[in-house]
Amino acid sequence: MSGFALPSATLLAQSILSGIFVGALYGLLGIGLSLSWGLLKQINLAHFAFAFLAAYLCYQLALLGVDPLLSLVLIVPALFVLGAVLHAAMARFSITPFNSLLLTFGLTGIVEAVIQSIWTADFRKLESAYGEQRFKIAGLFVPLPELITLLLAVGISLGVWAVLRYTDFGKALRASAEDAPIARAFGINQRRNALLLAGTCSALAAVAGVCLALSFTLAPSQIYAWIGVVFAAVMLGGLGRALAPLIAGVVIGVSEAVTMAVTAPSWAPLVSFTLLIAILLLRPGRVA
Amino acid sequence: MATASGLVRGQAKQPIRIGSTLALTGPLSATAQIHKIVGEIYIEQVNKRGGWLGRPLEWVLKDDQSKPDLARTLYEQLVTADKVDLLIGPYATGAILSAMGVAQRYNKVLVHHTFGIPSLAKYEMAFPAWSTGSDPAATVPNTLFDALAKGPKPPKTVAVVTSKFPSIQFLSAGAREVLKKRGLTEVLFLEWEFGNRDFGPIANRVKDANPDFVWVGAIGLDGNLLLDAMKKIDYVPPQHFYLYPAPGPLVSLPEARNALSVTIFEEQPPFINAPGAAEFIKIYHERASAAKLADISVEVQAAASYTAWQILDAGVQAAKSLDDKAIGTWLRANRVDTLQGKLRFDGTGNYGDDLMKIKQVQNGKWVVIWPKEFTHGGAALQAN
Repeated sequence: MSGFALPSATLLAQSILSGIFVGALYGLLGIGLSLSWGLLKQINLAHFAFAFLAAYLCYQLALLGVDPLLSLVLIVPALFVLGAVLHAAMARFSITPFNSLLLTFGLTGIVEAVIQSIWTADFRKLESAYGEQRFKIAGLFVPLPELITLLLAVGISLGVWAVLRYTDFGKALRASAEDAPIARAFGINQRRNALLLAGTCSALAAVAGVCLALSFTLAPSQIYAWIGVVFAAVMLGGLGRALAPLIAGVVIGVSEAVTMAVTAPSWAPLVSFTLLIAILLLRPGRVA
Repeated sequence: MATASGLVRGQAKQPIRIGSTLALTGPLSATAQIHKIVGEIYIEQVNKRGGWLGRPLEWVLKDDQSKPDLARTLYEQLVTADKVDLLIGPYATGAILSAMGVAQRYNKVLVHHTFGIPSLAKYEMAFPAWSTGSDPAATVPNTLFDALAKGPKPPKTVAVVTSKFPSIQFLSAGAREVLKKRGLTEVLFLEWEFGNRDFGPIANRVKDANPDFVWVGAIGLDGNLLLDAMKKIDYVPPQHFYLYPAPGPLVSLPEARNALSVTIFEEQPPFINAPGAAEFIKIYHERASAAKLADISVEVQAAASYTAWQILDAGVQAAKSLDDKAIGTWLRANRVDTLQGKLRFDGTGNYGDDLMKIKQVQNGKWVVIWPKEFTHGGAALQAN
């Protein structure tokens, strides 16, 4: 019973849809991480802690009667400031990429402790009108929270991609990541741009956090449950890219879901890391 | 001033220091909070009535961060550096196993709260507070299938879906054996890794298999996540069981209607008639509310935790000493009155009887539905 089983078409299609939805969340969590790593040379593990902080803030605001999506108006700017302040501190002390990993790992522990002290280690579930909504399209069930996550992930990824590709700000960011001294010689204000980008990355973590709160039960320790698979999505997609984390996230999500649909679900976690190892072996230049 | 206060302290009776760790942070911290509150309540209650052997109790509690390897180090510290008088167990199975190794090395009694794999309890001075019996893989599923057989829709087909978490997996394997022996048909068997996030495909496969009954080897939030995923595809299992769910979140989920689980204690007669139960429940409600726990009711974890302290208490009082050997010898030869009833420790691995009962979510709360003598107000098994 636990081995390979031929799934029905409905089971397979519903599982693929489920994989797309969870993959969109991987992508949404990954985009800020990818930009920070690729363009700022900071491996910001605290990105996950910020996402959960946003999720808990959304939960708290929902208890006060604020619509979870409306809460973005408050949470996104707050996290933007937090991200910019963190970057300013890291820039002040010229933290290297490797040290940024260590520092933000420590910061993650601190944020986890703060969350636990305010909301306890107990599980918290955001109850919202969105959670009850789902549609049936061509025999497949489409839950609204997951659909919102997918739409936000696609919209944000396309928006960030367009900014990076077509605006002066985006070109300046890419130029700074490519060759900082030359970019500076052309008059690019790297400090300001970096602060804006760091703030934006944290703001993206805030959006991902609200989506997490819409679909998942929260516990402080679950910050760490997402790190492995989102890192895989980011590395699979390549660093500093806007669309790649979403595409890679969906590839991983669908691969995991199909694995669970046709064979033992316990094989699913192997999929993302097998894909990552394959990419690193076949295209070693992917991770800069 | 320091000397004077030192003299005053010196004149007071030295406290009995009891050492333990709990998973105050990390993935097990949600449940470990319950054990912390219960331990604090018990210590307070004992100190109010004069302590043990005329000495007050002091709990030396460390955070093992949900890591069994760290628990081992910290128990070693408790014995060698902190020089505690007695030990009490951590939470959960992995950490308990680590602590058991240390206790064995130093010949210390270890009463433990919720150890999930009795066959691994090889130390003769380790005493379980969770009355699962020594072979829960056979006894627990049999109790459950007995209840189902007497219910409104005795199942013929069963789906077994389970976490690979060690203390869950072996019980789910036991359930598979039991259902086969009872002539039931297993239509689906699935396992997932601990910490699985996406339950959508698992819910789809259960729906596809269309079983009469779903055994979910759930730990923590697994049950909630699976039910959430089932809801998204408009599937309601006809009858469903969750092994060790996070009790609060599951009972508050509308989709958990008629969900079954196991228990050793619930806030209902006859359990609340146990000596000290009513007072404990009252204080626990206050403390759990103050600690902002989502679920403030006393059930499996809190009861097992309180029982652990009761067992150690009984051992010390009866031995009239802090000598571990004397306490251990007395416990092995006697029964102890606890919240769960009278417990004995003379079976394999010091386990006694399996006192697990079956409970069900009815009208948004857990009620015991099996065995009949532990039900209240005519509660009986219901099916969706």
